Order: sequence, then C-alpha cells, then structure tokens
Amino acid sequence: MIGFQYARAGTIADAVRQMAASPGAKFVAGGTNLVDLMKMDVERPAKLIDVSRLPLDTVEETADGGLRIGALVRNTDLAYHPLIERRYPMLASALLAGASQQLRNMASVGGNLLQRTRCAYFYDLATPCNKREPGTGCSAIAGLNRMNAILGTSESCIAVHPSDMCVALAVLEATIRVTSPRGERVIALSDFHRLPGDTPQRDTNVAADELVTSVELPVQGFATSYNYLKIRDRLSYAFALVSVAVGLELEGGTVKQARFALGGVAHKPWRSTEAEAALHGRTPNEASFAQAADLALRGAKGFGHNSFKIDLARRAIVRALSQAARGAPQSQSNKKIA
Amino acid sequence: MTDRDPGLIPVNLTVNGAAHALNLDPRSTLLDVLREQLDLTGTKKGCDQGQCGACTVLVDGRRVLSCLTLAITKDGANVTTVEGLAKDGTLHPLQQAFIDHDAFQCGYCTSGQLCSAAGLIAEGKARTADEIRELMSGNICRCGAYPNIVAAIQQAMRQP
Repeated sequence: MIGFQYARAGTIADAVRQMAASPGAKFVAGGTNLVDLMKMDVERPAKLIDVSRLPLDTVEETADGGLRIGALVRNTDLAYHPLIERRYPMLASALLAGASQQLRNMASVGGNLLQRTRCAYFYDLATPCNKREPGTGCSAIAGLNRMNAILGTSESCIAVHPSDMCVALAVLEATIRVTSPRGERVIALSDFHRLPGDTPQRDTNVAADELVTSVELPVQGFATSYNYLKIRDRLSYAFALVSVAVGLELEGGTVKQARFALGGVAHKPWRSTEAEAALHGRTPNEASFAQAADLALRGAKGFGHNSFKIDLARRAIVRALSQAARGAPQSQSNKKIA
Repeated sequence: MTDRDPGLIPVNLTVNGAAHALNLDPRSTLLDVLREQLDLTGTKKGCDQGQCGACTVLVDGRRVLSCLTLAITKDGANVTTVEGLAKDGTLHPLQQAFIDHDAFQCGYCTSGQLCSAAGLIAEGKARTADEIRELMSGNICRCGAYPNIVAAIQQAMRQP
C-alpha cells in the first residue's frame, strides 16, 4: 500500500471542506472496498478523510411517509432495522444476500453505493483496464469474462456493479442526497450509477468532492409481493451471476404495478420500463413473466464465458416474479428455491 | 515526513481488556497491529483480502474483518481476539464446544470461526442450522469441518 495522509472529519461541513482542499483525497467509512483496493494499489488516495464518526447513522421517517437512511448506517443495522424489515423487506433481503456478516457489520450504506466493480482485470495491475487506466483497453472483452456484463456494455468496458443493495434501491426508486461546497443535491438512484460508455473510469455521477449523506426511500415498499433472488456460484458469500429484485402490486388477479431490476448483468442496476409496462393489467403467470423477461433482455450480448447469463437471467426473472406473485419470496438462509 | 508519509499517528486501543497506547503508520491494518505489535498471533492472516474470515475479531462487540480495518480508524475501540475469549483459565463455551465436536482439522480458520461465532451468538439472529450456516458463511474452512462447526455453535447456543 502506498502511503497517505489521514484526517478525521469532525462535522459534515468539515469533511466537505477538507475534501475541497485536498486533491486526490478520498472519503473512507467502513473501508471494506477501499482498503482492499488500496492494498492492491488500484486506489492510491493521497489522503483519507475518515467520515466514519459523522452523525449520519440513523434511520428516520420522512414527512411523506418514507424513510431517510443515513449514509453511515451499517449494512447489518439497516437489514435488521424494524422499519426496513416491516415496510421494505425486499431491501432487507438484498442486504442480507450481500457479502458476509462481518463485512455487513463494517460496510456503510454510502460505501455500498460507491463500491467499485470486482472485475478481475480491474484488480490486476499487470493487464490493461479502461476503468483503472483510461485508454489502455479492456482485457475482459476477449478475456475471462464469466462474471461480466451482458447489458449496457461498451467497447471500453464490460464491468458490472457488484451491489445487491442497489438492485433493491432501484426497484424502490430511492433517491440519494449528496453534499459539497456547492451545496446539497438529490440524485435518483437510476441516475446515480452510469453505463460505461467511453468513460468507464466514472462509476457514478457523484463528483469527487461530493459526500453521500443519505438515501431516501419513497413510501411504496412492496411489502406484500416482493422478492430478491440471487443466483451465484456458491450458496452464500459470493457476488451475483444474476440477481433479480421484484416489487409487485396485484389487484383482482391482475398486475396493477410491476417493477423489477437485475443485478450482476450491467454497470448499474438494470431496469426496463418497457418490460415492466408489459405486465400491467396482465395475469401474473409464467407466460406474461416470460414475455417481460424477453423484453428486459432485449439487446443482451454475451462475450463467450458469460453468454450463459442471458438464459440464466431470463429464467431468474420468471422465477423471481413467480415467487413474488405467490407471496413466497426467496429466503436468504434456506436456499431451496421456494 | 513527505506528502505521502505523515509519520506515526497515536492510536489508543483496548485489546482483551488491556489498554495500549500505540504510534502507528496509517497503513497498518488492525490484523497486523494485533500480530506484529501486540504479539497476539491467535488472529490469523488468511487471504488478507476480506475473503476468508480467518482474521475475524470483535470490535466494540461486533465481528469484523481485521485485515480490512485500518487501525487508525478504530482509535478508542475495544477489541476482543481469540486470546480474550477464555476467562480465568476456563475455556469459552464455544472453545469447549469446538473441542467436543471436533470442529477443526488444521486449525488455521478456528480463531476466526470462534470470534465470528461469538459475534453470531451476540447478534441473536440465528436459530436454525440453516441460519447458522448462512450467517457463518464469511468464515471459510478449507478442511471442510462445517458440519461440526455448526454442531459446536448449536451446543454453545444452548448454554446460558
């Protein structure tokens, strides 16, 4: 690890001020991803501004009936929070599907949003990677790309965003509050992460001097018909090959509203409003779900080792929607498919 | 001192009840401080990348990975390592249960398994064997002692 300066931020204003005065600095909270990347020399911050003691660790109800989640709430604390368990069980499930309990005890909500891809070439300094070193090329496109993206890829990058939490936040249409010397702004989750395009070095639309302070959930939590189904190489403690978060509103035997997002397949949580709209007014059954899956995966492209993901995603969408419609969401401890 | 060398930074840690006033390179992980500076070598370095759980310790009562924890960020914290589980010469119920159930072969993951299981019991979220397996999934055992580890944890959970 390359040396760095270290300072603890006393207040949010202090954190933002220090960042503005320190080119090449990074905020650190749980450190589960950043410290790992620093050990690999993929990240080389000149300074760490420790925000872990800022008062951003509460979950509060908002005036419109939603919740405001402080950026420093630990993943475990959020997953087991009574209001999350009761009103946003899909988010609780997605959180518990990610990482291990030790990592969830460390990892903050803000850090989860900002975590970087686990593409093996991004971590491997000996190989070209446009995300790590823009302009050097993408080693994954013709390389070992089993874990890589099938949707929204570019000639520059086929990395995936590895978060489970963010896939649920996409369905819940969360918003992210950030602050900087220029003031506060709110970013929709769908606008938070980027597709790689020709600037894969930029994972998100957050500027380098902006601090994530909270995540806000709208009132609709889909607590009756929801699901988080994660398909991976082992039963636990592995990144998704494909995951699906689902929120359904059913009325009189038909679908009144449907939302679903895919994880493990793109540079951001993947939603298709066209696929969701196709379910409106339909009977929730395998035929309608399969049609939605086909629409969601239109334009999907495999790169050899990961081509199986297209079929896997199609089947995972149908299964995840079916489980949600039956009110039988996937358990994150008993891994038998319900 | 240069731009990338801030020198040593004072850090206070209480480890297994003993207070330590340390001066640390900011790069020091909690794992390396425990092993190299405090001679508490019970905590193991497995992957050093947050993928195996061998370095699990309790920080302020919660199980975390010491390999991904920069020690400076834990100034003032209370750390418990495997050396701190036994009390007054009596094994912790988990340690006795691991012996009773033969819950290890080579033993390299065991200190992490024990600290992780202590955290698991304190969290109170696991009741069934499935739940124990899921919430212990961050601790890899390459000898494959998993069934015995689950049995040992179940025995310790039955004790007050």
